[in-house]
Amino acid sequence: MRVDIKEFAKPLIESLIAIVIGIAVGGVILAFSGYSPVDAYVALFDGALGSKYGLAMTLSSATPIILTALTFGIGARTGLFNIGGEGTVYFGAIAAIVLTNLWGNILMGLLGGILAGIVWMAIPALLKVIRGVNEVVSTIMLNWMAYFIALYIVLQKIPNPEDPNKTIAVPVSARFPIIVKGTELSWAFAISVMAALITYYILWHTGLGYELRVSGYNERAARYGGINPKKAVIWSFLLGGIMSGLAGATEVMGRPPSYAISQGMANIYGYGFDGIGVSLVGRNHPLGIIFSGIFFGMLKAGATAMQIEAGVPLEMVRVVQGVIVVAVAIPGLLDLLKRVVRR
Amino acid sequence: MIEAIISTLIGALTAMVPLVLTSVGAVVSERAGVVNIGYEGILLMSAFFGAMFAEVTGSPWIGLLGGAFVGMLLGMLHGVITVYLKGDHVIPGIGVNLLALGIVAFGIPAYWGTAGQHVVPDTFRVSPIIKTPYGSLSPMVLITIIIAILTHWVLFKTPLGLRIRAVGENPEAADALGINVERYRFLATVYGATLAGLGGAFMSVDWLGTVTKQLSAGRGFIALANMVFSGWNPLRALLGGFIFGFFDNLSVWVRTNPEIQKIIPWQFVATLPYLVTLIIVAGIIGKVRPPKADGKPYKRE
Repeated sequence: MRVDIKEFAKPLIESLIAIVIGIAVGGVILAFSGYSPVDAYVALFDGALGSKYGLAMTLSSATPIILTALTFGIGARTGLFNIGGEGTVYFGAIAAIVLTNLWGNILMGLLGGILAGIVWMAIPALLKVIRGVNEVVSTIMLNWMAYFIALYIVLQKIPNPEDPNKTIAVPVSARFPIIVKGTELSWAFAISVMAALITYYILWHTGLGYELRVSGYNERAARYGGINPKKAVIWSFLLGGIMSGLAGATEVMGRPPSYAISQGMANIYGYGFDGIGVSLVGRNHPLGIIFSGIFFGMLKAGATAMQIEAGVPLEMVRVVQGVIVVAVAIPGLLDLLKRVVRR
Repeated sequence: MIEAIISTLIGALTAMVPLVLTSVGAVVSERAGVVNIGYEGILLMSAFFGAMFAEVTGSPWIGLLGGAFVGMLLGMLHGVITVYLKGDHVIPGIGVNLLALGIVAFGIPAYWGTAGQHVVPDTFRVSPIIKTPYGSLSPMVLITIIIAILTHWVLFKTPLGLRIRAVGENPEAADALGINVERYRFLATVYGATLAGLGGAFMSVDWLGTVTKQLSAGRGFIALANMVFSGWNPLRALLGGFIFGFFDNLSVWVRTNPEIQKIIPWQFVATLPYLVTLIIVAGIIGKVRPPKADGKPYKRE
């Protein structure tokens, strides 16, 4: 048993160290830029955790990034660096808006997100399987293409005739009920937690999940064991696509006040990139992703308070996130730290 | 007609600069066995700091060198993690890309006080060597071509180049011959990132004259695709960079041309560089072979 605890404890401690490094380096950058790091962080954490409203905003901010993190996490477990969550989110949101306007219920919206995710992620999957195209390059290129195509649809195909700043909205009948009144927290949060639990079940308790993980761990061994790595690649992309598609759908169906895509796609932009960080800090494990998703959600929710109260641009939290991910990339962070401390 | 050809040619040569510099740097890095996907972030951060250096010192050339310096620092970070700590080659690159998004999105409003975009005044921009009514040619175009040719020569015609390629093909054999594998890999990585840094600063203090949080716009990844397209060969990366540069320039040009926008939505043309990248990568992969030990940490037995 002791070995098992150690196995869990080490990555957890390393993630925590990475988070501390991120916050510390962020503080140094704040100080360099002429802000007070203490004021900024107090405002951030108080804004995100200090009230019922803050907590609700933390959880609602965690909703889409848990889902996009699952996209990257499922990929990583299969040995793929699937960075295509960002573009998939856009199409998930668009599909949900279109389908709920045809049939006004939640299920149709979720179905739209899922279908959009599957279709868009099938492209890098097929490119990888048929032509051996490296998914890092293909998904990034697809993200940019998605950005411009989605922008065209948002501006030209589904604009709101009464409000040029956004698209047509999801009808009331297809909106997720709000959990805490007066906040942005809706039952969409439950969808993301459920998606993480289902992902955990698939990866660790089904034959398919076993095949996915073995192909990620050692492709040659997988082939030797009769597992088709191409099948694993396709499943990994499709499951990942579903998650990011859902992220887009739940964002427009479960986040007041607009229930639409706002100008410049501001309210659905960036979740794919945030998800990469969430997944890496959660060690690409669905259960770890729930916790790191809530942590990153907290940063996002607190950023607004930090901007209002300490005057610090809310993009600051992106710096902290970036540093955390670089720190996570340092192998054996714990051993390294021990060595330094011993000296 | 002649004007259109000249202006397209100049535009493509200009748009080529960051792509070729990054590709050539990536070729050297991967020839030595180090994969770095953080060039996107290096381009973005060096564009930001390059503009800052140029405006503080009043010299666009110091801006360019400052950008190269920022690239060098990020290359050292990548080198320490991948070469000396034997870390994964892809994850630190992802980290640098995310960090760059943060630094630049935070830095623009924090430093210049403007939201989203900062325009670099013309006085801080590099003066062109050739000026035509249809566009002007930056000296950086010439410098880029020279760097590509020189790098090619060093990589394939000198003992230094042989050693760089040896540590990427067969580090065990190189080690047995007394070559310091880690040192060569580290320096090759730093060289690659430094060139990307120069390319990034070129975007802000010379070519586009602006800093935005989306300035790199996937060029770091297009450069990686170009590296694959080139078969890890700096001269072919120069040619590939010109082709990609053409589409890059085309999409930038169309976005500001109202006549064309009447015929086809600009968003569709804007996808062109990415679509072309995908098509070329999908079309040629399988015919090229990366260096054998590319992306594999080397641990001495």
